[in-house]
Amino acid sequence: MWPVIIVLGAIGLIVLVFIGYYNGLVRLRNQVKNAFSQIDVQLKRRHDLIPNLVETAKGYMKHERQTLDSITQARSKAMGAETVGDKSKAETALSGAMSKFFLVVENYPDLKANQNFLALQEELTSTENKIAFARQGYNDQVLFYNNKIQMFPSNIVAGMFSFEEEEFFEIEDKAEKEVPKVSFS
Amino acid sequence: MWELIRANRRKSLLLFLAMGACLVGLGYLVGEIWAPGGGGYFGMGIALLIWFIQSVISYTWGGSIMLAVSKARPVTHDVHPQLFNVVEEMKIAANLPAMPKVYIIPDPAPNAFATGLKPQNSAIAVTAGLLSRLNRDELQGVVAHEMSHIVNRDVLYMTFAGIMLGSIVLISQVFLRSLWFGAGSSRRYRSGGRGGGQAQAIIMIVAIVLAILAPILAYLLYYAISRKREYLADASAARLTRYPEGLASALEKISGANLKLESANKVTAPMYISNPLEVGGKKLSALSSTHPPIKERIRILRNMSHGVNFADYQKTYEQVVGKSAGLIPASGLKDTEVIPIRQGSAAEAKKRSKKRQMRDVGDLMRKVNQFAFIACVCGLRMKVPPDFKRSKINCPRCGRENELPLAELAAVTAVGDSLAKKQEKAGLQNIYKKTDRGYNRSEKG
Repeated sequence: MWPVIIVLGAIGLIVLVFIGYYNGLVRLRNQVKNAFSQIDVQLKRRHDLIPNLVETAKGYMKHERQTLDSITQARSKAMGAETVGDKSKAETALSGAMSKFFLVVENYPDLKANQNFLALQEELTSTENKIAFARQGYNDQVLFYNNKIQMFPSNIVAGMFSFEEEEFFEIEDKAEKEVPKVSFS
Repeated sequence: MWELIRANRRKSLLLFLAMGACLVGLGYLVGEIWAPGGGGYFGMGIALLIWFIQSVISYTWGGSIMLAVSKARPVTHDVHPQLFNVVEEMKIAANLPAMPKVYIIPDPAPNAFATGLKPQNSAIAVTAGLLSRLNRDELQGVVAHEMSHIVNRDVLYMTFAGIMLGSIVLISQVFLRSLWFGAGSSRRYRSGGRGGGQAQAIIMIVAIVLAILAPILAYLLYYAISRKREYLADASAARLTRYPEGLASALEKISGANLKLESANKVTAPMYISNPLEVGGKKLSALSSTHPPIKERIRILRNMSHGVNFADYQKTYEQVVGKSAGLIPASGLKDTEVIPIRQGSAAEAKKRSKKRQMRDVGDLMRKVNQFAFIACVCGLRMKVPPDFKRSKINCPRCGRENELPLAELAAVTAVGDSLAKKQEKAGLQNIYKKTDRGYNRSEKG
């Protein structure tokens, strides 16, 4: 009698541990997905803010039509991008156009004193930060998830239910790290 | 990051059990002395009851008590957009499931704290003085430090440690005092036992020694844990922001301010980013301090030149302090991937005169207290108190008549009131002064 109970108990325990690991992996996978969607949310927020910014700046920056147009163009390109590769390229271009714009703004003290503009600038700066932190948070989450998939004993569960490793979010180094060139023409 | 949470949970459980055993032992001894033979179990029961009541109170109301005692007020995005944005940035970086509530403490001393036993229900409070002094990067560092307390479940850990400490201190105090006052009368009881006198005396001595030593040990343990959690939160903040200089320079400004936070006391002090009671030259001894020396924290953060990994922080700590210590759980040191430090944002240096700074603090406090700000055409900015009942106001400089934007003000008041009501619902008599402004104005408008 006793051996049967012990064996049954052991099997029950193993099943419980198994369920625990499985649920843990599912939760982690959902967190990874959630972290990824956070990047999209912030990119959209940036698209929403740009028309206001351009509208506010227009009155003050009569000689910077080019800069403002390049932002508007980059925005519509980013919004129209279909594939992931196109999208990330377009968003990077938009980031470049934005930082160029904020450098040019330094020459317009009147604009910099405008309350409306200051509020917009704060929102945009924060959105840029949020995009960067969302990528960072996503990568942290992926690192943790991938580690769990590779490490014993969760790797057994991961293998059985085909949990696959996620890819890190890499920014195209060249474009992002390059300091935007400013031309005052 | 997440490994640290697990390590912390394990440790809280251990602490919980160890201090619980200590508490029950103390209760038993005290009970045995008051009523030999059987009284010990009664004492144990009382000790457990005290612990249970304290646990329930701080588990359900701990956060709101902390916020109420510190006089923090809930604010909306409009009161201070930058603070709100920075909190959201850190929430995203830390992958927190919900946005913490944001509070401002109307006090010119720079400081900050976080509460919330679980990340789903947390709050971050900063003082008006902090907001007026720090630039964006520095504020981000401070918020990241507080966010790390939430993510690492430090609040939970310190709350449980605090409850145990409180129970032990309470029981020993009651026991020692009863001994002092009741020495004459209780001796009569005990002399009734036959031959048990010697054993009784031994128990008595053990109990007295324990009652004196236990609180001291518990205090030292509590302080040591608190200091370690501060270092860990600094390390996590550096990793979250990728920019240790932000927090370092914020800590420098906080320690240089030399202002005392009015609403802080001995109980709430461990919760703040920098000890609000240790101001300027007044320095407590290293063992009985809830926070590590601020200069050391700054030096460690500034010397992190290789990256912002937990391993880097540990290494830098060892270099700066000159001794090795297990600051970070082994699991946190495993992730050895190099994380580079980012560039600081080209934030404007917030170098402003003291007068200007104090004016900012005043403005912010008025905003928190629902004052209306109305700009006149002549350039004067009027600050209208919430109990102002008329719909028009004359500019004191040029005499022009300005209308109050009633609908907007009513909306602001409504948001503020609903936030306050939520706080009230959390089970606490409110420090938030309700005004009838929204009422009167909406009637007229």
